Amino acid sequence: MDFLILNEGGIPLLSVLIFLPLVGALIALFLPGESVSRMWALAVTSINAALSFSLYTGFDSTTYKYQFGEHISWIPAWDINYTLGVDGISLLLILLTTMIMPLCVLASWRYIEKRVKPFMICLLVMETSMIGVFAALDFVLFYVLWEAMLVPMYLLIAIWGGPRKVYASIKFFLYTLAGSVMLLVAIIALYLANAPHTFSIPMMMGQQYSSTFQLLVFGAFFLAFAIKVPMFPFHTWLPAAHVEAPTAGSVVLASILLKMGTYGFLRFCLPITPEATLTLMPYMLWLSVAGILYGGFTALAQSDMKKLIAYSSVGHMGFVTLGIFVLNTNGIEGSILQMINHGVTTGALFLCVGMIYERTHSRELASATGIGKQMPVFVTFLAFFSLSSLAFPGTNSFVGEFLILVGGFAENKIVAGAAIPGAILAAAYMLRMLQKVVWGGPNNPKITICDLNTREIVTLTPFLIFVFWIGLSPAPFLDVMHTSVAHLLDQVHAGAAASAVANILP
Amino acid sequence: MKLMLFAPELLLLLGSLLIFLFSLSDSDGKNAKNASIAVGAGAAILLFTGLNNSGDLFLGAYRVDLFSQLFKLMICLGMTAVLIFGRELKDIDLEVRPEYYLFLILSSLGLMMLVSSIELITLFVALELSSFSLYILVPMRSENHGVRSQMEAAAKYILFGVTATGIMLFGMSYLFGITGTTYFVQMVPKLAELITEPAAIAGIAMVMCGFLFKLAVFPFHFWVPDVYEGASNETTAFIASIPKLGAVAILIRVVMMAAPDGTAIVDMMVVLAICSMFYGNLSALVQTDIKRMLGFSGIAHAGFVLLGLLTFKELGYATSMYYIFGYLVMNLACFLVICKVSKSGENVTVKDLTGLHKRSPVLAFTMAVGMLALAGIPPFVGFMGKFMLLAGALKAGQLTLVILAALNTAIAIFYYLSVVKVAYCDNPEGHSDLDVDFATKALSVVLVIAIIVMGVMPTQVLAIATSAVQSIM
Repeated sequence: MDFLILNEGGIPLLSVLIFLPLVGALIALFLPGESVSRMWALAVTSINAALSFSLYTGFDSTTYKYQFGEHISWIPAWDINYTLGVDGISLLLILLTTMIMPLCVLASWRYIEKRVKPFMICLLVMETSMIGVFAALDFVLFYVLWEAMLVPMYLLIAIWGGPRKVYASIKFFLYTLAGSVMLLVAIIALYLANAPHTFSIPMMMGQQYSSTFQLLVFGAFFLAFAIKVPMFPFHTWLPAAHVEAPTAGSVVLASILLKMGTYGFLRFCLPITPEATLTLMPYMLWLSVAGILYGGFTALAQSDMKKLIAYSSVGHMGFVTLGIFVLNTNGIEGSILQMINHGVTTGALFLCVGMIYERTHSRELASATGIGKQMPVFVTFLAFFSLSSLAFPGTNSFVGEFLILVGGFAENKIVAGAAIPGAILAAAYMLRMLQKVVWGGPNNPKITICDLNTREIVTLTPFLIFVFWIGLSPAPFLDVMHTSVAHLLDQVHAGAAASAVANILP
Repeated sequence: MKLMLFAPELLLLLGSLLIFLFSLSDSDGKNAKNASIAVGAGAAILLFTGLNNSGDLFLGAYRVDLFSQLFKLMICLGMTAVLIFGRELKDIDLEVRPEYYLFLILSSLGLMMLVSSIELITLFVALELSSFSLYILVPMRSENHGVRSQMEAAAKYILFGVTATGIMLFGMSYLFGITGTTYFVQMVPKLAELITEPAAIAGIAMVMCGFLFKLAVFPFHFWVPDVYEGASNETTAFIASIPKLGAVAILIRVVMMAAPDGTAIVDMMVVLAICSMFYGNLSALVQTDIKRMLGFSGIAHAGFVLLGLLTFKELGYATSMYYIFGYLVMNLACFLVICKVSKSGENVTVKDLTGLHKRSPVLAFTMAVGMLALAGIPPFVGFMGKFMLLAGALKAGQLTLVILAALNTAIAIFYYLSVVKVAYCDNPEGHSDLDVDFATKALSVVLVIAIIVMGVMPTQVLAIATSAVQSIM
């Protein structure tokens, strides 16, 4: 247990963060009225966000060990434990989750008109499982939370979604579930391959497995995580799900759920199967580049704004996986930062589209042309988020993409060079959208719509703050992850070296 | 007082006699109904308080131990639940209702005796008591609702049932022939030496047939869809859940006799498990009648249960027990909704659940939880059970089987999800609201809580199942 710094004496902060929303959801069952449940959900998620700050302030960035640890025996017959802990990688993702959730509630304030209470309950249950996924250090616990998240997300799309909601929700559910059943088999195989048998994730990292075994496990991991990210060509569920989901659903999906896939790569593939990671690295890099280019070109062709942003996500997440698999400090730190950036920027962009949709009841670019004249405040926000999305210097995504490309060039110049057009494509599709929305053309439809109200400004402002904060001063965010990333890279290289030695020996 | 060990069974026996008396007078079945619920609940309380009782009865042919008491408790609880949510018996003629309760109780009595039998003849008698009661229950449906007739269902059930029992009896004769005894206690040490003999393997395999039939494992499943469809909703709820408990109990006992050198038996079970899972899930995909769908899904679940048995390990048996207890709860949750949605006892199609969340939120939620639990989505009991069965099988070296089983989980999700979809995403136009009484609501809540609690905290159930298995090893 030397990898875990237990949270002795104090309140079990991680458990509180995980279960507060669930308890909130249970209480919400008995609350009367719609406005009460809105207020209640906002209160619960806000308290959770406030609490999570103490995670940041109490975090010791000088050690790679998992902090705020909790360890309780859960199913002794199989040595399954309730083990929680955060390191520099998961800390930021948990903070992202807790920050985004109150804003999702705010974004749904008027957007969701029917069955408000069940909607809020779904959001709260989602929060529980998402925080849990990032905090779990036991593989079974991780898997339970990973899968449990599917049901509320399915309901969010299937009940409150757009016209083709049923198709989209079932596609989402089947794709992600089909990917993760093999993950389950891999988890059990890892458990049996360890001596003594264990489901503890950090203990699995220290073990050596044979090359073939590593490749098989990596394959199973890859299926689950690549679908979740989604990596090209496993992305087909994503546009449908994004387009049909209600605004809050799209935000949660883009900002947090997709990160679970890349988090999986970082947390499991790299340290547990280092040799397979090195072997398959070129393929992963080219797949990432394919995703970047494919996402960019497809986004360029979209007339539906939500689809445009959905496809841009495929491209952006391609950058994230690229950074992960270049396997150097810059690349991985850039990826983690870019995970946060994508959460902030794309989440905000989906909110913006949602706000247009609330007013014009259309997501078509053509029907939103020239609304900038009537909504100056709105387009100001939209402009900044678009600039962030195309990685304009001074915004958050610039820092992330820059680090990833630096890491990329250090590892493989051809791959990194091939990814560059992705950045140009991003500029093309985002500026095209921005131009149309702000100025439109001579044939602007004559509609009168009101600008943002205070609630909407309050919803968007935190995103803007983070766009510039990370863009201008990324140090506080990078500092927390340095030690953990260095340790992760050590694990990969030491693990791969050890298996190389083991392969030479008779 | 050794006979006190037999008290729960006696209570059921006396209860059935009482109901028999009710049936003689012109009763509308109300007294019989109340009496049967009271008998079921009373027996459950007796079993719960006497969970740790143990001892032999009837010249060593009948054993009361933790293992059997646990199964009996679940049988009584399951029967009582079926009686409670099937109180209205919409599809059974008024004049045969007392008889309906009578045979339901007799069947449960047979199953309870079955799990305690440790001698072949006793086992056979108990199994037949339970089976014949069911053969009578299946055709007790008042009219044909435009689906497969109850008579056809009953005929199939009897024919297949009798064939399976015949094979089982034949297998018993083999076991008796090579060991010279019908008592398990004496048989086990002799079998341990003889297990590689073809006659022993054939004997054990044939005895298993009888119970694989009850469990509806491929290729003993042919009766399932038609009987599920043809029998009334309440009868199906019973047949789908409770006899499977007895089947698993005896399979554990029989499989134990083959341990630890029963490679032929393992191979057989691997094939049966794979076939059951694929056949059940693929066939369920195209069903519109929910009872038929649950029937096929039950075949797939039976395949899953075998995963625990073929490990020949204490933990494997315990996991199978855990899974079948979980299956009972999940299945009852689904059938509760079916019985309530059905207006006058007709079969329920997936379409009949349209917009259920608006017509009755409680039933819709119960159905959703039941279906997702059967699909193996965490944190419900179905997931934990599947997870532990897979882990156990992989530990026993069955990698291919485990991968195929995992694939099946992904296939199955499609039809389970379609039910949830219809209940939650569609508009209930043209469907009236459902009135749900307090008892049904309470039972729904109890079942949902049981599904979640068993899933999140499996340790206690698993621990008691493990010590139950230890008590018979």
